[in-house]
Amino acid sequence: MTAVRQRRPGTRRVPVVLLVPAALGLAFLVLPLAGLLVRTPWASLPERLTAPGVLTALRLSLQAATIATVFCVVLGVPLAWLLARVDFPGRRLVRALVTVPLVLPPVVGGVALLLVFGRRGLVGSWLDDRFGVTFPFTTAGVVLAEAFVAMPFLVIAVEGALRGADTRYEEAAATLGAGRWTTFRRVTLPLVAPGIAAGAVLCWARALGEFGATITFAGNFPGRTRTMPLAVYLALETDLQDAVVLSLVLLTVSVVILVSLRDRWIAAP
Amino acid sequence: MLALSACGTTNTSQPRSGAAGITGNVTVFAAASLNESFTRIGKDFEAANPGTTVTFNFAGSSTLATQINQGAPADLFAAASPATMKTVTDAGNGEGTARTFVKNQLVIAVPEGNPKGITGLADLTRPGVKVALCAEQVPCGAAAKQALDTAGVRLTPVTLEQDVKAALSKAKLGEVDAALVYRTDARAAASDVDGIEFPESAAAVNDYPIVVLKSAPNKAAAQAFLSYVLADRGRAVLTEAGFQAP
Repeated sequence: MTAVRQRRPGTRRVPVVLLVPAALGLAFLVLPLAGLLVRTPWASLPERLTAPGVLTALRLSLQAATIATVFCVVLGVPLAWLLARVDFPGRRLVRALVTVPLVLPPVVGGVALLLVFGRRGLVGSWLDDRFGVTFPFTTAGVVLAEAFVAMPFLVIAVEGALRGADTRYEEAAATLGAGRWTTFRRVTLPLVAPGIAAGAVLCWARALGEFGATITFAGNFPGRTRTMPLAVYLALETDLQDAVVLSLVLLTVSVVILVSLRDRWIAAP
Repeated sequence: MLALSACGTTNTSQPRSGAAGITGNVTVFAAASLNESFTRIGKDFEAANPGTTVTFNFAGSSTLATQINQGAPADLFAAASPATMKTVTDAGNGEGTARTFVKNQLVIAVPEGNPKGITGLADLTRPGVKVALCAEQVPCGAAAKQALDTAGVRLTPVTLEQDVKAALSKAKLGEVDAALVYRTDARAAASDVDGIEFPESAAAVNDYPIVVLKSAPNKAAAQAFLSYVLADRGRAVLTEAGFQAP
């Protein structure tokens, strides 16, 4: 569908050895989603959607993912800037560390969060003693778990945008007497805004779908920590159809968000 | 569904002559609370029947029931409640009727040393006491609800976990002050938690049914494993783990 735009190497004959696996790959990704649609109990859809708990879980999911994304942007953009613009010893190690949550199974992330931010964790026990603050079983815990898993997406996207941006504008600002902070605020940020937006969307989508770290670290309680993915998993215990309907809601939300933003920010070059 | 029609007809080799003739892999879907004891029984069974391997899938009973009803290739299903078993047998996926092989009862699991001094269900409603329960959809949660109702105790847990081991782990880690789990789970985790018995658990005793599945790829070995669980050796392991005879 998109190959039409490129004139030079595209549109000539596509080799079958590439076309066949590509088509299989596409089918592999799309078929399960189609299966979800086929098995959706359309007749009872309205009443299942309005069942108590569904809206609560959806609202919680949207809220937590959004707060987690804001958290990630506030901390992640400066981190990405540091990685892209400052030459410091151990930069490659730091970059590797940043991407660890990306490849870590989320359940492991949840366990790690428990060991640090849990009530008996390294930081958590201090927070509990000093301020009476605990993260597990709270919505804040959900946000923390989602941010842990989703932040690398943002950092990587923003760092890529920063590296791709023309540094001559920043150099020009500097020669005109702007400090690094002013340059960052007035020149760099506007320059990489599309990259930040793309990273934020990816980050948000990942946070919305977060399951493993959330159920491990934050538990599962309606209205507080039971997000949509957890509700899907619990619905599977009793009613497959309910699980399908909930999955459909999650799928719809993700597709709508991605499609509505794709053309503006994360379109293929 | 393909697997269902593909096997099943041929290859039962010899009729059972003692323990001989049983080979191949047995896939057992078992309730999370059976983890330790079934793992041990599985090892014993493999030793007693060279050439066999036992593979386990431990999870919340309801998850397992859903997987089986969706065509997961299992030989044997052991659930933590008759209601969950019923969803499998009602769907026509059980071979014959399920039989109860053990019973289990709830206790209050508290972090070792019982820092909050909990002695019974009523203590769980004290302010500042965090409690983990199983979700009502899984057997341990249904039993917990029944026990709490019997005791007339209304409590708000901080989390409703997916299976009993998840609830237990929250107590092990000290993230909650108490969790309602099976006696067998508390016993298996005795180094991290103390199990506190409470009288109302008698009102919520869980029967554990077991059945060979209709689509079992290895029916002969599944039958043999079932017999092994019910025989003295299996029963001894289960009793030691804290299960009661049916």
